[in-house]
Amino acid sequence: MSALLKTYSPRRVPFGAALRRRTPKTLSGRIGLALLVLTLTVALLGPLCTPYSPDRTVGIPFAGPTAGHPLGLDFLGRDVLSRVLSGGLSVVLYAGVATLAAYAVGLTVGLLAGYSRSWLEPLLMRLTDVLLAFPALVFLLLLATAFGRGITGVVIATALIQLPPIVRIVRSAALEQSLRGYVEAAVARGEGTLSVLRREILPNIARPVAADAGLRFSWSVLLIAGVNFLGLGLQPPAADWGLMVSENRGGIALNPSSMLVAAALLGALTLAINLLGDALAGGTE
Amino acid sequence: MTDETPLLEVSGLRIALASGTPIVDGVDLTLARGEILGIVGESGSGKTTTALALLGHAQRGAEITGGSVRVAGREVLGLSRAERREIRGKLISYVPQDAGQALNPSLRIADSVTDVLRRHREPAPAAVLGLLGSVDLPATTEFGRRLPHQLSGGQQQRVTIAISLACEPPVIVMDEPTTGLDVLTQQSVLDEIRRLRAERGASLVYVSHDLAVVSQIADRVAVMYAGRIVEEGPIATLMERPRHPYTRGLLQSIPDHRRPARLLPMAGSAPGVEERPDGCAFAPRCPQAADDCRTTPPVLESVDFERHQVRCPHWELTPPATLGIPRDRTEVTAGPALQVRGLRASHKGRGGTVVVAEDISFDVRRGECLALVGESGSGKTTIARCLVGLHLPDGGSVRLRDAPLPARIRKRSAAQRRGIQYVFQNPYQSLNPRRRIGEDLARPGHVLRGLSVAEARAEVGSLLERVQLSPRLADRYPSQLSGGERQRVAIARALAARPDVLVCDEVTSALDVSVQAAILEALAELRDDLGVALLFITHDLGVVSGVADRVLVLEGGRICETGPTDSVLRTPEHPYTQRLVAAAPTLAAR
Amino acid sequence: MTATLVPTAAPTSPSSFGSRHPLARVALRRIAGGILTLFVLSVLVFLATSVLPGDAASAILGKQATPDAVAELRHAMGLDRPLVVQYGKWLAGLLHGDLGNTAAGYAAGGRSGVWDQISGKLGNSLVLAATVFVPVLLLSLVLGVLTALRAGRWLDHLVTTVTLVPAALPEFVLGTVLLAVFFTWLDILPPVSFVAPGASPFATPETLVLPVLTLVGVTVGPATRMIRAGMQEALLSDPVAVARLNGISEARVVRRYALRNALAPSIQVFALIAQYLVGGLLIVEDLFGYPGIGKELVDAVTVHDNLEVQSVTMLLATFYVAVTIAADLLVMAVVPKLRTGGTS
Repeated sequence: MSALLKTYSPRRVPFGAALRRRTPKTLSGRIGLALLVLTLTVALLGPLCTPYSPDRTVGIPFAGPTAGHPLGLDFLGRDVLSRVLSGGLSVVLYAGVATLAAYAVGLTVGLLAGYSRSWLEPLLMRLTDVLLAFPALVFLLLLATAFGRGITGVVIATALIQLPPIVRIVRSAALEQSLRGYVEAAVARGEGTLSVLRREILPNIARPVAADAGLRFSWSVLLIAGVNFLGLGLQPPAADWGLMVSENRGGIALNPSSMLVAAALLGALTLAINLLGDALAGGTE
Repeated sequence: MTDETPLLEVSGLRIALASGTPIVDGVDLTLARGEILGIVGESGSGKTTTALALLGHAQRGAEITGGSVRVAGREVLGLSRAERREIRGKLISYVPQDAGQALNPSLRIADSVTDVLRRHREPAPAAVLGLLGSVDLPATTEFGRRLPHQLSGGQQQRVTIAISLACEPPVIVMDEPTTGLDVLTQQSVLDEIRRLRAERGASLVYVSHDLAVVSQIADRVAVMYAGRIVEEGPIATLMERPRHPYTRGLLQSIPDHRRPARLLPMAGSAPGVEERPDGCAFAPRCPQAADDCRTTPPVLESVDFERHQVRCPHWELTPPATLGIPRDRTEVTAGPALQVRGLRASHKGRGGTVVVAEDISFDVRRGECLALVGESGSGKTTIARCLVGLHLPDGGSVRLRDAPLPARIRKRSAAQRRGIQYVFQNPYQSLNPRRRIGEDLARPGHVLRGLSVAEARAEVGSLLERVQLSPRLADRYPSQLSGGERQRVAIARALAARPDVLVCDEVTSALDVSVQAAILEALAELRDDLGVALLFITHDLGVVSGVADRVLVLEGGRICETGPTDSVLRTPEHPYTQRLVAAAPTLAAR
Repeated sequence: MTATLVPTAAPTSPSSFGSRHPLARVALRRIAGGILTLFVLSVLVFLATSVLPGDAASAILGKQATPDAVAELRHAMGLDRPLVVQYGKWLAGLLHGDLGNTAAGYAAGGRSGVWDQISGKLGNSLVLAATVFVPVLLLSLVLGVLTALRAGRWLDHLVTTVTLVPAALPEFVLGTVLLAVFFTWLDILPPVSFVAPGASPFATPETLVLPVLTLVGVTVGPATRMIRAGMQEALLSDPVAVARLNGISEARVVRRYALRNALAPSIQVFALIAQYLVGGLLIVEDLFGYPGIGKELVDAVTVHDNLEVQSVTMLLATFYVAVTIAADLLVMAVVPKLRTGGTS
């Protein structure tokens, strides 16, 4: 054995190969990926290519589709296509912010609770128990009352609602890891808490946590869209898919697309995340 | 043994994965009335798969693709579902491994017994209790009303044996029935099986990974390797003069407390199902392999007389097993590396505090190996965890290299943390799955010895060689390594710290016996070469005899006996030690 | 809302007692814990509706109201008293079964009890929830067990595929699609579920169809899936394999060795469904204009009737907590190991 071989230097996996390995292999997984790309594209790039201003009245309410307005007009006579194109950003953005905020806190608290097993832990767990004892949407409405109407309250409430389950999942994963030999070996070496968490525990819980984060995002979308639909989140004249379904209810007979297209895109988004999540969870084996 | 037609006749049995890869490849077996046939093999040898096929069952993803199994003259393979169900329990019954998992947690044990009994005759409560009584369980209605979790491990296993007797089948298949039981419980279950044979003339197929256990109970034994029977014959003949190099290697690998000796491990490890070589599957590990071994699959040949068969064309070359080369145990006179005085430890659970170790005092000298022996619950692991700082003791003191060692890790200096290293029981959980072997091995040098990352990495290759692994493994992930390789890496990681004391906690209990022998020998060498003090924690007296200079026996958290290994194993004084020594399986008992 | 159906973490498992009545002791402990939880919740609810910006009185009267009018209303509602007093009064009322008065009642110059306001709607919601729960329970149980027994065959794939899509959609999206199909195109069902006050929804069964279809569509998939998973785990367990090797008949194996051990996870599934319905009702009742407790709560939030929001929220939370405890105790009762004080 040459001296060169004895010296160990880590090898990196090329990014392309890593990406290919992570592409879902099942049909439903691929459909999910395609739907996700589609809806995210509409949501993120849509606002840049609206034919009309989404807030401008251009004709009579609930006018049916015409060449100029392929999806017809909404209850105020605004162009549905333009509103559909601009109405996805809020959903994705607010749900993303809520999920990220919840995860930033939940990951920290969960890791500490699971790893250190300190006096703090029972307290945290009781607190999450209390929050879990609330129906999510009711809690959301309550906080909407508290914060006054508006999207800020809804985003904060959504993050708060997601927090307890995140803490629980991260905690139990970290707890399970903390009993493993490699973690104990690191502890016995005297490595600091941060180093143990970063080097030994985090890489090993990343996968279940990432899968969960996907589900959380999907749930955030559902919650926020639900509140917007109830009219307690984003306020008119904002263009938002959930709000659009709600405000165009009266036109279901006259111009169904005023309601259905936004509903379909919202459905496609949540369906995509679910399909993709299933595919990733199935591929862990 | 009688000469009538065999009760069980297996010929050309083949079982394959859905992909076509064979798991079991052409197995022939016979079992005479009143006989106990042992099937012995290491993990992946196909022994459990074979045992299940005797009942016409193939595990998920596998399929019986050929051959015949005749029980009492009746073909078992190729039956319809209904016919197969009909013969199970009545013609041939099954005793599972790990009875605690196998019994239905929702059924009272009398109901579990009744479910099988009703296939045979009208189930009367008296019959159920009679069955329980026949395996030495209390034959009371109260006992029958218990649920599986309210029974001890030995009782659970007896219930499964009672169930296997319910329909009075001529043949019973037992699949590792004592694995996982404490040695004393194992002994009582083995006694039970012997009694059943004596009283009922039961005919048994006894499957086990443990040749020592099988040698105590079987009349004949079939040794399986990589899906084939490599040797088969009367147990005494096989033990005395094994003809297959694998059987010989196995015998030389088994540590035996009645015959403390150097172990002579085999090279390498058994191939996985997908990687079995052409020709003789054992050839890559075989000291007497010739060119033809690598190309032509050998056939079973008769040795001396008809009932001893071996699957090796060169069996005449196989030398007799070398047993009993005594290990030279030089009296270690060096100063103590570790001194433990009055250690006391407890666990806080929901039911309050349970003291698991009390008044534990001992020394380990430099270059010495001290074994801490005890059954599960004896407190041995907790003691070890106290020493490395993973468990906070309630009292007592520890001195490392003649300086007090603080109980808390945070209060230990880097030199103190370096001085005492721990190797964990489960090799499958002791390496970080997301990091390459090299990264894991470089860490202790960097953290504990103040080496730069580059310096620590430069040592990785020689560390791997130190535990007889290829430096190429540094780039692999743990999942790409076998259990034995992982445990070697775990030892190398401990060595990377250059410890004074190495604590090994049941490091071989998850490994096959041939791999265990290699690890034990590697540890013995390390101790001799590096002068490191070894604290070896185990439940296995055989392992103790293989490695330890001195032994310390624990019972219920207290030391009950201590002394030089040879004298404690030969002339135990404490009654508990005496029972342990008497119950431990041995090859020499026959 | 589908994600609510994914079990987050096992509820705290009953610990070992080994006493003579472990079930009774655990029951007492769990109920005490539930009451404590509800107490903490009541503080949260009260704070959320009282302290944070906006005062119920000014919110109800609107921006144009004179300060005098607001002050008068505040006094009538008791809002001028210290928060602790307000809370104590509210809590004492709740403990006596008095949910207090609605702010809307005060605004109209009189008093109207929350209970009088919601009791009829509560009934309507219970009718809706029951008409959803019973078929979901039966359907998911039958489909879950069948697909587990036929795992990987066509029935399994069919059920998985058919239930997957509706389950992944938000309720109001699925409801909208159903509206479009049954009202806009087929024109056989009303778009709004109008039920006259005091009348039973069963008097006009067509009003129930779309809300029920929506909720069943959303829940039956995940429920089936979870039941299937529990049953499949039981089918792949050692006791089943060993029972088969003992020649026990397949029907018996399925019944006594698989179903029995799959019972406990199924109970938890149904508890989740029941809890989910609390949130699901809000959306579906609002979408179809069904006069139930969900719509009532949404309307109360919309008009800032904080007094009503408080009490209705506590009512729903109590139901939620009760379901959790009941399910845990039921699981203990049907799992012999837990019943007899073993640890899970």
